[in-house]
Amino acid sequence: MRPPGHAVPDRPNIAAIRAILSVERLCKSFGDLRAVDRVSFRVAPGEIVGLLGPNGAGKTTTINMILGVLAPTAGRIEIEGVDLGAQRGRALARTNFAAVYAPLPGNLTVEQNLRVFGMIYAVERLSQRIEELLAAYDLVRFRKTKAGVLSSGEQTRLSLAKAMLNRPRLLLLDEPTASIDPSSARDIRAGIAEYVEAGHCGVLWTSHNMVEVETVCDRVLFMSRGRILLEGDPKTLAGEHGVASLDDLFVAVAHKP
Amino acid sequence: MNATRVAAIVLRQLYLFRGSPQRVLPIFAWVAVDILLWGFITRYLNTVGRSGFDFVPALLGAVLLWDFLTRVMQGVTMAFFEDVWSRNFLNFFATPLRTSEYLAGLVITGVGTSLMGLIVMLAVAWLAFGLSVAGYGLALAPFLMVLFLTGVALGIAGAAIVLRLGPASEWLIWPIPTLVSPFVGVFYPVAILPAWMQAVSRVLPPTYVFEGLRAVVSGKPAPWDRLALGLGLAVAFVLMACLVFAGVYRHAIRSGLIARYSAETVS
Repeated sequence: MRPPGHAVPDRPNIAAIRAILSVERLCKSFGDLRAVDRVSFRVAPGEIVGLLGPNGAGKTTTINMILGVLAPTAGRIEIEGVDLGAQRGRALARTNFAAVYAPLPGNLTVEQNLRVFGMIYAVERLSQRIEELLAAYDLVRFRKTKAGVLSSGEQTRLSLAKAMLNRPRLLLLDEPTASIDPSSARDIRAGIAEYVEAGHCGVLWTSHNMVEVETVCDRVLFMSRGRILLEGDPKTLAGEHGVASLDDLFVAVAHKP
Repeated sequence: MNATRVAAIVLRQLYLFRGSPQRVLPIFAWVAVDILLWGFITRYLNTVGRSGFDFVPALLGAVLLWDFLTRVMQGVTMAFFEDVWSRNFLNFFATPLRTSEYLAGLVITGVGTSLMGLIVMLAVAWLAFGLSVAGYGLALAPFLMVLFLTGVALGIAGAAIVLRLGPASEWLIWPIPTLVSPFVGVFYPVAILPAWMQAVSRVLPPTYVFEGLRAVVSGKPAPWDRLALGLGLAVAFVLMACLVFAGVYRHAIRSGLIARYSAETVS
């Protein structure tokens, strides 16, 4: 179920389309700890994939590897066919992210943050793009406000505006609506869904809000102890495993030995 | 190297300076106080000294040059610390930004702030104590270049140490110029040092600047060959500092340090 007012596209045939994100047998060890263990998945254009799991499951470690800030112990990551390990700059130029644990510099204003990161991503017609995003994320009145004094919800909207600066082909969202009120969260989900449905990108979305996941994701991957244990349609997956809801399935996966 | 991305790093620092007098003031204030302090000391030494030796160009000139090196280093490290304090590494390094572009942005920022400090120092030294470097003209450029490159190298090495050891190690970085100064003979000829300290001083580029300065002040020709050696060493120092930073960055990518960098998580 997509947010109201947004048509649900046919689920992409991933095998037939070149993936936006391709992760093959990805591993990350910290000493004896296998944080991520032979994880493989794909994200197709126009697809929102939920990456779910309890704390410590390996979700953020996986995302950090896709962002190029953590080197895998083994495995391969391709973004639109570009090998992240071999061509980091090219791969990351078509990627962006928003995460609750990565606020933008609080000592720059909203507009200054967008300009600096827009230049880093080599965004064309940057001033125009900044105006579009200020309007889209209801940040116009905060343009001269230091990011550090924004409320957590406003900071999240700024992070999302930054994430859309370069019109990314791959968008990584780590609990993007965690600090946002339900009304704003719905608007943001709708905005991202609209962007995705226009064929602009694929999204990897982590969240602990199972209602949100069911609303927005085309497919979910359940991770626990560094491995993907389940994969499927969030609307049918719970029933397929004999539980009433995604919440129940989450709890069952989290307690699986 | 992408010039726009380098400009983005510089622009971030310009934004910080533009909206923050407390960041701008130290660029001028401390060096001006230092020149005033040492200016009066040298003036006093001139009144009590019986040798007829003019301490103003020898000591005040040395302080001016040493402060320039210190300002270059601090310009680079301060720009880096802004990203430490705002925990911005994940935002920057999860982009197409390369470490070379990031370092270039820090160095350009350091050039800007240190040049502003140098202009203030020259003005105070000239107006208050009559020390004019105009007579040296372009001959001063190699002296400044050696110090500039050494300051850049120390700044990048300092950034690498903080990246590796965590924000608390910032306090190891500030005293580095003070630790180096006894070896490079800022105020005295290195010949006065014990042998082991002289051995250390020979590999430190600023040694050749201050030895050269004393030669010029005492009326001898500038030892260009020694300065060339200092320049070569300074270039080597910059390259080594960049290699160290790149190595520390690679380690941070392997260990996850970049992703979880904060005061509490770095061991």
